[in-house]
Amino acid sequence: MLKQRPLLIETLTAVGLIVAPFVLPHLGFAPNTVNRILVWGLFGLGFDILFGFTGLLSFGQSAFYGTGGFVAAYLLTRAGFSNVLGALVFGMIAAAATGYLIGLIALRRTGIYFAMITVAIAEVFFFVEFNPLSDFTGGENGLPGVPTPSFNLGFTTIHFTNGWSLYQFIALCYFIGVIIALRIVRSPVGAIFSAIRDNPLRATAVGHNIHSYKLTAFVIAAAYAGFAGGLLGVLQAFMPPDAFTFDTSGQLVMQTAIGGRGTLFGPLVGATVWLFLQDFLQSALGLGAAWKLVLGVVFVLLVCFLRGGIVGGLIDLYGLVSGKRARKASETEEAEVEPPLQAPPAPMQAKEVAHPAYSGPILKATGLTKRYGGLVANSDIDFSVNQGELRGIIGPNGAGKSTFFKMLTCEIAPTSGQIVFEGRDITGLKVTDVCQLGLTKSYQVNQLFTGLTVRQNLTIAALAELRGKFRLDLFRTLAGVKGLTEQVEHTLALVNLTRRADTPVSALAYGEKRRLEIGLALATSPRLLLLDEPLAGMSPRERIETVRLLKSIARGRTMIIIDHDMDSLFELVERVTVLQEGRVLVSGTPEEIKTNAAVQEAYLGGVHGEIAA
Amino acid sequence: MISWPNLVSQLFNGLALGALLALISSGLTIIYGTLGVLNLAHGAMFMIGGYAGFVTYQYTESFILAVIAGSLFVMLLGVLMERAIIRHFYHRPHEDQLLVTFGLGICFVELVRLVFSSQSQIVPPPALFQGITNLGFMFYPTYRLAVVGIVAIALGALFIVLYRTRLGMIVRAGIEDSVMVDSLGINVYRVFMIVFGIGAMAAGFAGIVNAPVVSLTPGIGDDILVQTFVVVVIGGVGSFPGAILGGLIAGEIISVTSMFNPGYAYVMLFAAMTLVLVVRPHGLLGVQGRE
Repeated sequence: MLKQRPLLIETLTAVGLIVAPFVLPHLGFAPNTVNRILVWGLFGLGFDILFGFTGLLSFGQSAFYGTGGFVAAYLLTRAGFSNVLGALVFGMIAAAATGYLIGLIALRRTGIYFAMITVAIAEVFFFVEFNPLSDFTGGENGLPGVPTPSFNLGFTTIHFTNGWSLYQFIALCYFIGVIIALRIVRSPVGAIFSAIRDNPLRATAVGHNIHSYKLTAFVIAAAYAGFAGGLLGVLQAFMPPDAFTFDTSGQLVMQTAIGGRGTLFGPLVGATVWLFLQDFLQSALGLGAAWKLVLGVVFVLLVCFLRGGIVGGLIDLYGLVSGKRARKASETEEAEVEPPLQAPPAPMQAKEVAHPAYSGPILKATGLTKRYGGLVANSDIDFSVNQGELRGIIGPNGAGKSTFFKMLTCEIAPTSGQIVFEGRDITGLKVTDVCQLGLTKSYQVNQLFTGLTVRQNLTIAALAELRGKFRLDLFRTLAGVKGLTEQVEHTLALVNLTRRADTPVSALAYGEKRRLEIGLALATSPRLLLLDEPLAGMSPRERIETVRLLKSIARGRTMIIIDHDMDSLFELVERVTVLQEGRVLVSGTPEEIKTNAAVQEAYLGGVHGEIAA
Repeated sequence: MISWPNLVSQLFNGLALGALLALISSGLTIIYGTLGVLNLAHGAMFMIGGYAGFVTYQYTESFILAVIAGSLFVMLLGVLMERAIIRHFYHRPHEDQLLVTFGLGICFVELVRLVFSSQSQIVPPPALFQGITNLGFMFYPTYRLAVVGIVAIALGALFIVLYRTRLGMIVRAGIEDSVMVDSLGINVYRVFMIVFGIGAMAAGFAGIVNAPVVSLTPGIGDDILVQTFVVVVIGGVGSFPGAILGGLIAGEIISVTSMFNPGYAYVMLFAAMTLVLVVRPHGLLGVQGRE
């Protein structure tokens, strides 16, 4: 609904910022408090891109806040720099550069490691500011005398002094910050950020270099922090050393969680609640030092019961109300309309071949072996698939089929052996690069971006193919990516999910999720598609549909399919390879395999497996 | 300015600090390893241990009772925290676990600040360990030597619990694969509660043992928490031997660097952590594949 009014959020923000000085004083907000809220809000915009959108919880943002603040303040107070805005920009650049270097270290690990490392790094900055660099930073005294901005327009000079006058400057900075942040989260990069938050494994597998994107988010957050830090100095006419403390990072995290992560405006709301409660509890209720305890309890309760924070809660509430209304309106029409039996769309073209002259087998594996300690999962497998072939792989449970697939897509490295894709040795490459070359797989256990809609899922996969593994188009809209809409629509039609395009994945039925799983692999336009048990867990009717789907996508594409459903598989494929205990038992046409004594032995005799069909 | 006795005494300081860090980090690391939850309130547990011991000492004037009561109190608090809140977060994302434990840590610190004010409190060392010991070549505070011994005993006890008992075997198996342990018919949730209690107790015990060395303030756990993180990153998350090794390394780095310039202690600690991350991303004794 926001799509039809693309500038709605921007306009509302502008209106809000213009109206604020006329309304807020009546609610008991001093101009200085409002300015502080805006600085926190700006600081939080970058942090929300990092935490709310990309899913990286850093407890070390004070390092960049302080760096930006002190660089700007140093330039203005000690280095004889007079341009306030210029100094703020320099501070921002310094913080972003620091963020890049720190990111290189901190992003070596994910999850809790990342959180711990950022805490440690921020603490280092705090001590460095106090001791080795105290000549530059004033140590525990900070840097007093930071001037306020003024602009000489030739005919007149605008000077933002303090209070509501300074508010105009800070509000303008915040507004620009909001516009940039909105552009970023709506860009292809923003889409990939959410993919990383939702399922980093799959984001990697569809061909995005997620490490570079994470670093991008980290640098963006550092840049916002640096600029906000500089503004803090301007606001207080003094750069306080406590900008560098762990408390600063902690307060930012808490405000963002209170206000609502992943909303961009959450940090602003959180800061408002925080500063208002601080004033209110301290002075009005006379709680003194206990205010922080009250805030802590509020925070814990919110994390426990309202995960999306205040803004997230409001959005849910709005969705509940408007969703009910919309459903009522659409119920009447939808009940009558039977899903039309649409003609299957034309098969999607596979990616252009990089070197069309090559005519050998599309995939050739020789001597592929995988050992886990003493356990041999795959042993000396020789395997070759021709261009355009449809190959099936069967074998009893534990035969090493999935391990074999994981090696082919370079998810795991073989212990020994070689894999050649289209004449090119891909052994030891990364899964991202292999996908970019045109080889990907759909997973046995769904690996979807569960927090996003069907369309968003496919968009993320298609972006990898259209933009390559890393590109910094922060200000391009998704609509501006050439061919994206067509590719997504086409994949939607192919996997028959057009009617469910805007449904969140969590609301899909199992069979639909399985089709989306195939769609994710398909949206990267692979020339060689591996399917790991695409029919697993499906009802007989869903199987028939999926077999039809697989047949339609097989045109112009090479596919290798693992499945236990022999009837469906034998109907689909031209040749079958049977794996048993990590080795190739036999290869042949479905007819040969059906009558092969060794295969019958493998399934019914020697190994106590059974046909899972 | 660097004399041998000075260096040796700093090495001893490093040993005492390192032993403490090892004990606190062991608590953090077994909780994380078993439950998959990084307890950001662990520093607060350390602090509360100190205060609980302080209160006990005020009433009984017995250091031993203070240690016992302080440890037990923190263990109970840990169990309570796990039952009331943490267990609802096992199936929520890591970020939520971090947020809620971070918030709880702040609540604990502020609660203690409310009751005891920000003023520092002092717990004297037990009579047995008061004064200074002559080591032949230098004099050293007796209690700091005793800290090394006391903490070594505690670590030994923890080792026996982890490596010589049935519970310990389950805990170590749970660190490897808690789903498997669950499916073997062992009630992992009961084990989780016990582990959380033991992990918290390790921090609380360290808190009261450390109390006579420094003065108690509500914020005493914050720095310790950061140092503990470095220890865990260096040693490898989920590894008990790693926590001990990392603790000793961190303790010595902090002490020896402080001899030259205390301002660089954290920088050196951080440099060591970076080095480990570059050379062995999973920590010195960590296992590959654990995130």
